[in-house]
Amino acid sequence: MKNKAKNVVNYIIFTGITTMVFLTVVIIPFLYGVYLTLTDWNGIEATKKYVGIRNYISILNDSTFLYSFTLTLKYVFFSVLFINLIAFLLAYLLTSGIKGQNVFRIALFTPNLIGGIVLGFIWQFIFNNTLPYIGQKIGLGLISNSWLASPQKAFWALVIVTVWQYSGYMMMIYIAGLVGIPQDIIEASTIDGAGQLTRITKIILPLLAPSFTVSVFLSLQRSFMVYDLNLALTKGGPFRSTELVSMHVYSEAFLSQNYGIGQAKAIILFITVAIITSIQVYLSKKAEVEA
Amino acid sequence: MSKKVYKDYIKFFIVLLISLLYILPFIAVIINSFKTTNDIMANPLSLPTKFSVSNYIKAAEKMTYLRGFLNTLIITFFSIGGIVVFSAMTAYLFVRKKWKLNRLVFSLMIASMIIPFQAIMIPLVKIYGTLNLLNNMWTLIYMYWGFGAAFAVFMYHGFIKGIPYELEEAAYVEGATEFQTFWKVVFPLLKPVTTTIVILDGLWIWNDFLLPSLILISAEKRTLQLSTFYFYGTYTADYGLAMAALILTITPIIIVYLILQKNIINGILKGAIK
Repeated sequence: MKNKAKNVVNYIIFTGITTMVFLTVVIIPFLYGVYLTLTDWNGIEATKKYVGIRNYISILNDSTFLYSFTLTLKYVFFSVLFINLIAFLLAYLLTSGIKGQNVFRIALFTPNLIGGIVLGFIWQFIFNNTLPYIGQKIGLGLISNSWLASPQKAFWALVIVTVWQYSGYMMMIYIAGLVGIPQDIIEASTIDGAGQLTRITKIILPLLAPSFTVSVFLSLQRSFMVYDLNLALTKGGPFRSTELVSMHVYSEAFLSQNYGIGQAKAIILFITVAIITSIQVYLSKKAEVEA
Repeated sequence: MSKKVYKDYIKFFIVLLISLLYILPFIAVIINSFKTTNDIMANPLSLPTKFSVSNYIKAAEKMTYLRGFLNTLIITFFSIGGIVVFSAMTAYLFVRKKWKLNRLVFSLMIASMIIPFQAIMIPLVKIYGTLNLLNNMWTLIYMYWGFGAAFAVFMYHGFIKGIPYELEEAAYVEGATEFQTFWKVVFPLLKPVTTTIVILDGLWIWNDFLLPSLILISAEKRTLQLSTFYFYGTYTADYGLAMAALILTITPIIIVYLILQKNIINGILKGAIK
C-alpha cells in the first residue's frame, strides 16, 4: 500500500508536469479544433451553431483556398526537389577532399541559424534593389525589374529563398550519410572498373537511401508549414498571388474572423501533410530495404 | 595525378561559387547598413564612403533592441530549461516503468509529432484567450514546454533504453531515492542528448515568429523576431536603418555559432538522423 502511494507521488513528480502541459497545449487544443470545424463560430459571439461538415463543403467551393492550396503543392514540389538536388551535390563535392571543405560547410549552413522573418527581409532587399540595379547596369532584362512585383516571378523568388535556406541543412544530413559509406566498397567498385557515374548511381545513391528518407521528410514538412518567410518576403502579394496555405489559414481565422472555416482549412492541411509524408516515408523505407 | 589535381580545382571553384551565393546576401546587407538611404538607392553595390555606426545606434533605440534581446533570452532560457528537465524525467519513468498509462501517453506524444502547428494555433489562441492568459511571457514559455515535449521525450527515451540498470541499482543499494538516482546517476549520462535538444530547441525558439506573434500583444513584451518585423514594417523606406536592424538581430546567433559551430552541427545531425 505504501509502495503504491510512493508510486503515485513519483509519477506526479516525474511525468505529471509534462503530461499536463502536453495535454493542455497540444492534445486538448487539437481536439477542440476538430470540434470547432463543425461549428459556425466567428470567435466573438458566445454561441456556436453545430453545422456538421458544412464548413468542409464550403471550402471545396472557395476558389482563393483552392488556389492557395495548389500553389502550396507546387511550391513544396519544387522546393523539395531543388533543396535535395543541391544539398546532395554540395555534400558530394564537400566530401571529396577539396581544400577548405570545413569552412565551406560552416558557411553554407549559416542561413539555417536565422529566422525566416530576417531571411525574408534580406532577400526582399536583394530582389527589390540589388538585382534590379545590376540588371539595369548590365542590361539583363530578366532581373531589371523586381521579381516580387510579378506573381509568376514572386513565386520563384519564394522557391529560390527556400532552397537557399534549407539546402545547407540537408547537405549536412547527406554529408553524414556519405561519410558513413565504407570506403572499401567504393574502392572495390573502382577496381572492378566502375566509372564515376556508375559509382554514384549504383553504389552511393542506394547506400544513401536513409539520408534521402530523412532529408526529403524534413524538407516536405518545413515547406508545407512555411509562414514567416512568406510573410516577410512577399506578404502573399502581389494581389494574394503568393499566399501559401499557412498564411491563408492565418488570414481566414485571425483577420476575417472565420474560425470554423479557418480551422477546417488547417485540418485539411494537416491531413494532406500526414498523407504525403507517410507515403514518402513508406516508399523511401521500401527503397532502403531493397538497396 | 595531374588529372586529379585539375579536377579538384574545378570542384573547388564550383563550391566557392555556390558558397558566395550563400554569403553575398548577408554581405550586401552589411555593406548597406553603414550607408544612408540616398546612397543605397543610388547604388546598392557601392562600399560605404565613411564608416558610421549611426544607423545601428538609431535602429537599436527605435526597435528597443535591448528589451527584445532580453525577452528572447528569458523566453529561450526558461523554455529550454523546462523542456530538458521535465522531458528527461518523463522519458526516464517511461523507460523504467512500463505502465499502461505511460505507454498510452508516450504513443500519444509520438503520434502528435505529425500535427502541424497551424492545426493547433486557432483553438490555442481561443482557449488561452478565454482564460485571459495571452500577452504573458510565461504562457508562451509554458506552450514551448508543451510543443517541445514530444520530441525531447522521444530522444531521451531512445537514449535511456541503452543505459544499463545496474548503475542505478548501486545507487538504490546505498539508499538513494528515485529522484536522487535520476539526477545524480542517470541525467549526467544523458549529456549528448541534452546538448542536441538544447541546440535544436534553442534555434527553434530563438527564431520562432508565429507563436510569439499570437501570444505576445504589447510592444514591450516582443521578442527580437517580433521587434524586427514591426520595425521593418515601419521603416521600410529608411533602408539604412532597416539593414542595421537586420544585422543587429542576426549578430547574437552568429556569435554563438562561431564559438560553438562544431557542437551545433553535431547536435543538428544527431537530431535529424534519429
